[in-house]
Amino acid sequence: MLKSVVFLLRCNSNRIVRDQVRYASQALPQLSSEKYNVKRKQFGTVQESDINYFKSILSEERVLTDENDVLPFNIDWIKNCRGQSKVVLKPRNTEEVSKIIKYCNDKHLAVCPQGGNTGLVGGSVPVFDEVVLCLGLLNKIISLDEISGVLICEAGCILESLDTYVRERNLIMPLDLGAKGTCQIGGNASTNAGGLRLLRYGNLHGSILGIEAVKADGTVIDCLTTMKKDNTGYHLKHLFIGSEGTLGIVTKVSINCPVLPKAVTVGFFGVKDFQSVLKLYESAKLSLGEILSAFEMADFNAINSSVTNLNLPNPIDEYPFYVLVETHGSDEGHDAEKLNRFLDKEMESGLIIDGTVTSEPAKMQTIWNLRESIAGSSLTRGYVFKYDVSIPLGNYYDLVPMLRKKLGNKALDVYGYGHIGDSNIHINIVVPEYTKEIGSQIEPYVFEEVSKLNGSISAEHGVGFRKPQYIHYSKIESALDLMRELKTLMDPKGILNPYKVLPEK
Amino acid sequence: MSRVLVGVKRVIDYAVKIRVKPDKSGVVTDGVKHSMNPFDEIAVEEAVRMKEKKLASEVIAVSCGPSQAQETLRTALAMGADRAIHVEVAGAEYDTLQPIHVAKILAKLSQDEKADLVIVGKQAIDDDSNQTAQMTAALLDWPQGTFASKIEKTDGALTITREIDGGLEVIKTKIPAVLSADLRLNEPRYATLPNIMKAKKKPLKKVSAKDLGVDLAPRIKVVSVEDPPVRQAGSIIPDVDTLVAKLKEGGHV
Repeated sequence: MLKSVVFLLRCNSNRIVRDQVRYASQALPQLSSEKYNVKRKQFGTVQESDINYFKSILSEERVLTDENDVLPFNIDWIKNCRGQSKVVLKPRNTEEVSKIIKYCNDKHLAVCPQGGNTGLVGGSVPVFDEVVLCLGLLNKIISLDEISGVLICEAGCILESLDTYVRERNLIMPLDLGAKGTCQIGGNASTNAGGLRLLRYGNLHGSILGIEAVKADGTVIDCLTTMKKDNTGYHLKHLFIGSEGTLGIVTKVSINCPVLPKAVTVGFFGVKDFQSVLKLYESAKLSLGEILSAFEMADFNAINSSVTNLNLPNPIDEYPFYVLVETHGSDEGHDAEKLNRFLDKEMESGLIIDGTVTSEPAKMQTIWNLRESIAGSSLTRGYVFKYDVSIPLGNYYDLVPMLRKKLGNKALDVYGYGHIGDSNIHINIVVPEYTKEIGSQIEPYVFEEVSKLNGSISAEHGVGFRKPQYIHYSKIESALDLMRELKTLMDPKGILNPYKVLPEK
Repeated sequence: MSRVLVGVKRVIDYAVKIRVKPDKSGVVTDGVKHSMNPFDEIAVEEAVRMKEKKLASEVIAVSCGPSQAQETLRTALAMGADRAIHVEVAGAEYDTLQPIHVAKILAKLSQDEKADLVIVGKQAIDDDSNQTAQMTAALLDWPQGTFASKIEKTDGALTITREIDGGLEVIKTKIPAVLSADLRLNEPRYATLPNIMKAKKKPLKKVSAKDLGVDLAPRIKVVSVEDPPVRQAGSIIPDVDTLVAKLKEGGHV
């Protein structure tokens, strides 16, 4: 017992030391309100009496008010946004969430719900002094029906833990993303997270069967059905999936888990140009059909960023473009046959210049790790502008060379990578440090170009704090009006995650 | 120029969570992903590099096990081995296959194939025996260079840097010799597609232990295989005073 205590303390102190090093080695990010020139709305301010109330429904240690304790909750992980919250609440169940929200609504206190804080658009950190509602302690798995594959769990469960849990029962989570070790299922639902296998298993509007959420007035909306078919009236769960905590707080989800594939293979290929990437995708769809579970691309600079900044091994030589193909199937022999035919054909045709293919779990992990690490690989080099956009495949990669040309040597690096299967590209622009001047060269330019190409300015990261002013590039005014009406209906005082998603009229 | 024999073992992939069989007779292997023992991969890589540097004329990969061991051999061939020998050991015999048997097989094959060098991983990650290289050397009466982190060829002899407690030891051996690869010897390559294709056509010979005159009667009996004890959950304590009190209570300070 005591050993464990010491162990835990050591872990905690390690984390604290690491965080201190992290925060001390780099200046704190500028306050979001100053950086983006936002005015505080007319919300109440948290008083001593409010803190006492929170302590009465939670307990002393689940109400954080010490400046150092609260700081990590005020900053997003890409260190782009910094809020000024004074209090973090850590409820343990739906009832506590409900009580907190009702109280805040009555007192007109703004609330910022936070899951794993892995978002990329500043949606999970406060802007001013919103009360941070940390959902991490709602982390219980409630049930798993091993026959239907339906998992019911609380919002704070970490995606990777859930995946480990269901894998032991021959199922997998229908989504997988780079942040899986930190992100929480409630956050995934609230942001309609996409990820690496959307191509195969669809998005969360499909795989989430039911949701329990808390409305702004504290009412618990229990739509936690486990039925795949439920056409009884309006499909309310969809209001909470992807609305980024502005319509309600997701507290539980029921989610449909696909069967654990018996045969998994990963191929990693070098390709000479983007046109070849597209041709290879077309060929992969035809040859691999139903076993294709991911088709990812990354340009040389993107992979090189993982290799040089994080010192990860690249299993093959250097090529202008890389493609990662994954198959999920139920029969190793059947899959291997299909895959070999595909590889033979495309090695012969020259679309694949070189590559490697493996079914060994450890090697597959190494390859995936190289791809998944791209997102975080440049953070030590300076400031990273990150874009997550959908662009029709014909013009999918156009923006990267355009941005390189436009920015010239003002950018340390510009690279693109993403999910070809979903027309979703991530573009990262690395600059030595953030300046308004460079920012204005990039935004709204990127969004204008995406709009011209009929793409979406936010494919999977959401709108959050960073993109409301650009949402009109992808949504018409009448649609925005309906969104506002929904917001007014469900959260009349506007306390839930303010300054996010909806643009000022 | 020398001919190199490399031993490769098929083991449960290190990324897979190991489960103990309910009857405690061993671990669950059915339906579990296997791959080449990582230390053996390092051994193959070293042999292939020797060939690339023209220090070796031929690399022969050997694996003892059921028919799936051929997949492991194909991996070795795709990494650059020239040919492979599959010593088929299946069923109950495979369950009790031990380092002494493998050493005898490797020793016999070294003589049959006129190998000048045997390289194996320092240990397999499943049984952690760390005996095969030593036993093979003894059976052949060849010098041994175990836990090699660097191998250099110098006028008909080998200079080997070994990782030992507290530092490095440099030894010189004559050839023929038996070597075992340590973690830092090299970083094994990924088999590239063209080489994976080529590997399918490389020769793979199947023999039995009987053909080699090796008796597979077990020398060791596994009594019980058990999970490590589950770590107890920790608890968070509010402050240093409580910690000190708890430590005193437990007699730690």
